[in-house]
Amino acid sequence: MTAAAEGVPARRMTRARRNALLQSEPVQGFALISPTFLYALILLVLPILVVFAHSFWTQDYLTIDHTFTLENYRIALTEPIYRDLLWRSLYISLTVSFFTVILAYPIAYFISFHGGRHKSLWLFLITIPFWTSYLLRVMSWKVILGYNGVLNSGLMGLGIIDEPSTALLYNSSAVIITLTHAWAAFAILPIFVSLEKVDRTLVEAATDLGDGPLRSFLRVTLPLSVPGVISAALIVMIPTVGDYVTPKLVGGKDGVMIANAIQAQFGKASNWPLGAALSVTTMLVVSLMAGATVLIIRALQRLAR
Amino acid sequence: MTAMRRFFAGGWLTAYAFLYIVFLYLPVIFLPIFSINTAPTPKFPLTGYTLKWYQDLPKTPALLEAAWNSLIVGVSASVLATLLGILAARSITRYRYPGRRTINGLIMAPLVLPEIILAISMLLVMLQLGLSLSLFTVVLGHVLICIPYSMTVLTAGFEGFDRSLEEASADLGESAFGTFRRVTLPMVAPAIISSLLVCFTISLDEFVIAFFLTGTETTLPIYIWGQLRFAAKLPGVLALGTLLLLASFVLMTVAEVLRRRAARRTQNEGGLYA
Repeated sequence: MTAAAEGVPARRMTRARRNALLQSEPVQGFALISPTFLYALILLVLPILVVFAHSFWTQDYLTIDHTFTLENYRIALTEPIYRDLLWRSLYISLTVSFFTVILAYPIAYFISFHGGRHKSLWLFLITIPFWTSYLLRVMSWKVILGYNGVLNSGLMGLGIIDEPSTALLYNSSAVIITLTHAWAAFAILPIFVSLEKVDRTLVEAATDLGDGPLRSFLRVTLPLSVPGVISAALIVMIPTVGDYVTPKLVGGKDGVMIANAIQAQFGKASNWPLGAALSVTTMLVVSLMAGATVLIIRALQRLAR
Repeated sequence: MTAMRRFFAGGWLTAYAFLYIVFLYLPVIFLPIFSINTAPTPKFPLTGYTLKWYQDLPKTPALLEAAWNSLIVGVSASVLATLLGILAARSITRYRYPGRRTINGLIMAPLVLPEIILAISMLLVMLQLGLSLSLFTVVLGHVLICIPYSMTVLTAGFEGFDRSLEEASADLGESAFGTFRRVTLPMVAPAIISSLLVCFTISLDEFVIAFFLTGTETTLPIYIWGQLRFAAKLPGVLALGTLLLLASFVLMTVAEVLRRRAARRTQNEGGLYA
């Protein structure tokens, strides 16, 4: 009896509480982001899970055999061709991220410390070439490095070489040069951001306490900008490992990378599970390499202090 | 004066900076140079000035179709990505809730994943779902990679935003939607337009994802990719490339100007009313 009588206000209270809950910050915030979140779940997380699942299956002509097997991973890791491609991709992406960071640091430093009023203009100048088509930028390197290309004809015109060099294009160095150019801006921005956060009074303090410009840079500025260096290295390393266009256009036979092998499995070779296993392996190995890079840079940072 | 002195203080750094700019721009500069050269192979010395490569472009039906397709994909992808970006950026900048950072990280993840992996994983799912590959699937893929850029532009635009303006509007009796439409939207409009332009530019230039997710239709980068196999077609490709370069340049400059205006507007007006 009493329970029934009390039921009404109780229900009203839960409704009030529910309304309060619906209007609370967390719920509103989550509701607002949920469409975008769902989109990322459906087109990013789900697809990666599907790739992961495929990597344990096998394909017989057009039908997928869903029995669990590690055969694809055995092939991906032991077949010389895939092993070599994976190593080369890792080597290229590591070299590219090393050079982009080394080349980008002075620029980021220059803009942050000497840019004055023109900081945003410099940043804009640097990012502009990167908003142009990636394909076109790679193509322009092909124009430069080619047999009849700009560099060869220029060097011949200057009398430095007698006949066009074939050593410039279609090898892994061409891939490294092109990628280093293509990813430059992506390395500059994170380093710039972390340099902006460096407290200038600390640098002044180091100078006041008798450190020369080089010493104060090495002991104050550089260690404090390490987070930017790390994110720059990663932001270049991870995507370049899976680059498809550059090796295909300027790599030739010696510059083929793992992405070209992955593409072949989804194209001509039509072996999805193997392609999936190659993708998963690439992601895992590049994550390991990224992790190792972070640890090494941090260790160097500790040494510098 | 002090600014000037500081500018020249890093003498060798300044020199390096200019060299670096040359390194960045040099390859890009060759496209327009060789696109108005009479010789069909791109090499020095230049042989003469011509516009014939440009004049041939409108006479290629396949190219016009690719351009039209790129326009459709670019507009759809930029509108969708910006809509999703607005919701997410607003949620991230306005509300605090558990899991916020994780969700943000997930939405930004396409920025640092190899494109080929995004492309093949989406391809697999779309084929499994029985979607036939078309421009629509390309749009779906482009939206995914545009959202992080849209988010970056929009969160920057939303962050300087003074919340007391919205509160004032609400206190004065405006509904939540009315506040958004009459207070929030006008202030963030430049950021939104900037996001649209950035996304359109990305979609216009994007190759790998379009290459994997399209059926028989081609977009401009796919068309260029096809032409690259023929050495004789190179000057035409260079001319087309120059036009695309110009389009990207104009779009990005407008986007940058708007982004700055957005930053100035949120700061100034916030200060005015504070």
